[in-house]
Amino acid sequence: MSLVLLIFLPIIAALFIPLLFKKVGQIHTGWFVLLVPAALFIYYSTLLPSIAEGGNRVSELQWIPSLDIAFIAYIDGLSLLFSLLITGIGALVVLYSIFYLDKYREQLHNFYVYLLMFMTAMLGVVQSDHLISLYLFWELTSISSFLLIGYWYTRDRSRFGALKSMMITVFGGLMMLGGFVLLGIMGNTYSIRELISQAPELVSHDFFVWALVLILLGAFTKSAQFPFYIWLPDAMEAPTPVSAYLHSATMVKAGLYLVARFTPIFAASGTWVWLVTGIGLFTMLWGSFFALKQKDLKGILAFSTVSQLGLIMSLLGVSAAGFHVENATEIALNYAGFAAIFHLINHAVFKGSLFMIAGIVDHETGTRDIRKLGGLMSLMPISFTVAMIGAFSMAGLPPFGGFLSKEMFLTGMVALTEFDLFSMDVWGIMFPVIAWIGSVFTFIYSFYFVFHTFAGKHKPEELPKPAHEAPKGMLISPVFLAILAVVIFFIPNIVGEWLVKPAVAAIQPFMYDSPQAVDVHVAAWHGYITTELWMTIAIFTVGGLMFWTLRKWQHLYDRFPNTLNSLYDNLMFLSDTGANRFSRTYMTGFIRSYLVYMFSFLVIIVLGTFVLNDAFAIDMNNTAPVGLYEIVIMLALVGSTVTILFSKSRLTAIIALGAVGYSVALFFVIFRAPDLALTQLVIETISVALFLLAFYHLPQISRKEERMRFRFGNALIAFGVGVTMTLVALAAHSGKALPSISEFYKETVYKEAGGGNIVNVILVDYRGFDTLFEIGVLGIAGIGIITLIKLRLTKKEGQHENK
Amino acid sequence: MKTNDVMLQTVTKVVTFIILMFAVHIFFAGHYTPGGGFVGGLLTASAIVLLMLAFGIQTVKKIVPVNYVVMTSVGLLLAIATAAASILFDVPFFTHAYDYFDLPLFGKTSLHSAMLFDAGVYLVVVGVTMTIIQTIGEDE
Repeated sequence: MSLVLLIFLPIIAALFIPLLFKKVGQIHTGWFVLLVPAALFIYYSTLLPSIAEGGNRVSELQWIPSLDIAFIAYIDGLSLLFSLLITGIGALVVLYSIFYLDKYREQLHNFYVYLLMFMTAMLGVVQSDHLISLYLFWELTSISSFLLIGYWYTRDRSRFGALKSMMITVFGGLMMLGGFVLLGIMGNTYSIRELISQAPELVSHDFFVWALVLILLGAFTKSAQFPFYIWLPDAMEAPTPVSAYLHSATMVKAGLYLVARFTPIFAASGTWVWLVTGIGLFTMLWGSFFALKQKDLKGILAFSTVSQLGLIMSLLGVSAAGFHVENATEIALNYAGFAAIFHLINHAVFKGSLFMIAGIVDHETGTRDIRKLGGLMSLMPISFTVAMIGAFSMAGLPPFGGFLSKEMFLTGMVALTEFDLFSMDVWGIMFPVIAWIGSVFTFIYSFYFVFHTFAGKHKPEELPKPAHEAPKGMLISPVFLAILAVVIFFIPNIVGEWLVKPAVAAIQPFMYDSPQAVDVHVAAWHGYITTELWMTIAIFTVGGLMFWTLRKWQHLYDRFPNTLNSLYDNLMFLSDTGANRFSRTYMTGFIRSYLVYMFSFLVIIVLGTFVLNDAFAIDMNNTAPVGLYEIVIMLALVGSTVTILFSKSRLTAIIALGAVGYSVALFFVIFRAPDLALTQLVIETISVALFLLAFYHLPQISRKEERMRFRFGNALIAFGVGVTMTLVALAAHSGKALPSISEFYKETVYKEAGGGNIVNVILVDYRGFDTLFEIGVLGIAGIGIITLIKLRLTKKEGQHENK
Repeated sequence: MKTNDVMLQTVTKVVTFIILMFAVHIFFAGHYTPGGGFVGGLLTASAIVLLMLAFGIQTVKKIVPVNYVVMTSVGLLLAIATAAASILFDVPFFTHAYDYFDLPLFGKTSLHSAMLFDAGVYLVVVGVTMTIIQTIGEDE
C-alpha cells in the first residue's frame, strides 16, 4: 500500500506549492520542493539491498474495481533503477533550479507544480504493473512536459515547441494504448507480470505483431527515435533545468523503459529485434550527424540526446536477440543488456551535467549561440572542467564512465555479426559499421561542444553580458555529476552489482533467473587486443582529425533540407485549415440551417428505424371517440399554425404561436392531465412574454414586413416530421410489447414513495436523477444566456500576449 | 414609450398576490394533488413577469432585490445535497425518506425529504427563468 502512495507524494506536495510561494516568498520555493525528491531518493535507496538479491516489492491500490483497474506499484531491479534516477537527478535539478530561476521574477509556483506533477507521472510509469494506469501516467508525463516546455508561455517558440512535443508524444501514447488493449485482449489481463508469464502463448496470436508495432510507436515517439525525434530540439525552449531533467535524464527514457519492460514479451519476435535495433542504430547515426549542424548549445545537446537514446535503444534490441540463441550467456551478446542499462546510467550522469553547464553559460553570458562563444576557459574554470568531463565521458574517453559503456556497446554490435537468425548473417556487418560511424560523429560533437565554447578566442563584444563564473550553488549539481562520472569509471562493478544486474535480470528473464546469474564483469582494460579496442582507437584518430578540420567542412550542413520539420509544419497547417474549412461548410451561423439538420436527421433516423424493424402498426381499436370539443380545439390549433405561416408581421406570428400552445394545453385538460395542462399554460404565458421581450432585438430586415417565401425543401422536412411523429404516436398506441408501467406506479406511489400525485412523485423520486440533471441543464442554459448577452467578447489587449 | 396602463397596474397589484399564493399552494400540495416544484416555480416566475410588464424591469428590480443567479445555484446545491444526504445514512444515492408528524396548526402532516429536493427544483426554475428574462429584457 505505502509504495503506491509514495508515487503520489510529489503531486500531493504540489498542492502546497502555490501557498508556500505566496506566503513564504522570502525563501525560494525550490528549497521546499527539494525535500520531496530527496526524501524519496533516500527511501528508494533503502530498498536496494533486497532488490539487488533478486527480490521485488508489490503494493496495490484499487482505483476502479468494477473494471479491474488498479494502481499497482511493482518494484524490481528495472523499476528501482529508474525510480532512483528520477528522484536522484530530480533532487539535483531542483537544487540547480533554485539558483537558476529568480524567485522574484519567475512564476515559481507554476514551475514547481508542473515539476512535481511530472515526478509523480514518471514514478507511476516506471512502477505501474497495470497497463491502464501505466498509460494514464504516461500521458501525464506528456502533459507535464507540455506545460514545462511552455513555461515561458509569452514566447512564440515556447508555445510552438510545447505543442509539437505534445502532438507527437500524445499521438504515440494513443497508439500505445491501442497496443495495450490488444495485449489485454490477447492475455485476458492487464497485469504486465501475468502477461510476461504468458509470453510463449502470446507469440502465436494474430494480434501479436500489431500490439508490438503499436507499443513501439509509443516508445519511439517518447524516446525521440527517428523520425519522431523532431519534437526534442524544439523542446529546448524549456528552462534549462527542465531540459536537463525531462529531456535528457528521465522522460525521454520512458520509451527505453517501455522497450526494456516489454522485451520479455516481444523478444520472441524477429520484427522486434530488427525494429528496435535498426531504428535505434539509425537514430544514433542521424542524431550524431546532425548535432554538428547546430549552432545553439542546447540544440547540440538535444541532437546528442537523440543519438544517445538511439544507442541505448539499439542495445535493448540486441539484448532481445539473446532470446534466440541457445547459449546466449556464453557469447558476447550477453553484454548488450548490461551495456544498455549501464550506458543509461552514464548518459543520465554526463548529459545532466552538460545541460546544466549549457544553462550556466546561457545564464552568465546571455547567449547560447556557439558562434558568439569562445575562450571562456579562463573565465569559468569550474564550468569548463565539468563540461570537459561530461563531454569526454560522452565521447567515450577514459577515465570516465562513458568509456566503459561505449566499449561494451561496440562489443554488443560486433557480436551481432556472429548472430545468424533473421538474415542477420547478410546484414549483420552493417551494425558495427553504422555504430562506428555514429561514434565518430559523437566524438566530434562532444569536442565541438566543449572547445568551441571554452577554448578559442574570447569575443566579449558579442556577448550580451560580461562573462563570469556561476554562483557556487549553481555549480553544486553539475560538479557532483561530474565527480560521479569519474567515480563510475573506477567502481563499475559495484554499480553493476547494485543497479545494473537487477535491472538486466528483469529485461532478460529468459537468460537469467536472478541478478547474480548475470555474468558480466566490466573492465577498462581487457588485457588483450580486441576488435572493439581497434574500433575505439580508430574513432579517436578519425574523430580527432575530423574535428581538427571541422571549420572546413561544417558549412556543408547548410545544404541539407529540413524535410521532417517542414513535413510536420505542413501537416499541422493542413489539419488546422482543413478542419476549419470543413466546419465552415455546414456551420453557417443561422439557426434555420441547424434546425434543418436536426429535423432531417430526426426524420431519417426514426423512419429508418421504423423500416428496419418493420414497426409500422396502425391499430384503431381501443381508441376513444372524437367529440365536438376535440374537433373545435383541433381546428383552432391548425388555424393558428397556418396563421403563423401566412402572417406578415412578427407580432401576429408570436401571438398565433401562443394560441397553438394554449390549444395544446386545452387538449391536456380534456384528457384529464391537470399537471401537464397547468405547466403548459404557464410556460406558454412566460414564453410569449419572453418573445415579446426579445422582439425588440430581432434584426429589422426591411421596413416593409413581408411573409416568408415558400421553400420546398423546408416544407418537405416539415411534412416528414409531421408524418414521423404521427407514425410514432400510432405505433406506440397500437403495439404494446410490454404492459404499461402506470400500474406499477399506481401500486407503489403511496405505499413506497409516500405520495399521491404520480406525476410529481416520478419527478422527484422515481426518476429523480432525470430531474436533477434537467435542472442542471437549466442552470447551464441560464449561464449560457448571461455569457451570450452580458459578457460579449470585446477585443481587449490580453496581458498574456507575446512579449 | 411610456403608455398609460393604470388598469394593468391596478389589476396586477391584486393578481400578483393571488398567483403567488397559488404558486405556494401548488408547490406544497404537489406530492398529493396536481402541482409540484416545477409548476410552482413557473407560476412564481410568471407573477414576477406580470409585475415587470406592468411596472417595468427597473422598478421590479427595486422591489424584489433578488440575485437570480445566486438563487439558481442555491437551488442546485439544495437538490444535490438532498440527493447526496442519503449517503450519510448508508443508503443508495437519492433514497428519499418520509414520515408523518403531528404539527401544531396543521395536524397530522407528512414530511418528506422529496419536498427539499422539490424546493431545489423550485428555486432553479424561478432563478433560471428570471435570469433569462432579466438579461434579455435589460439588454440594449
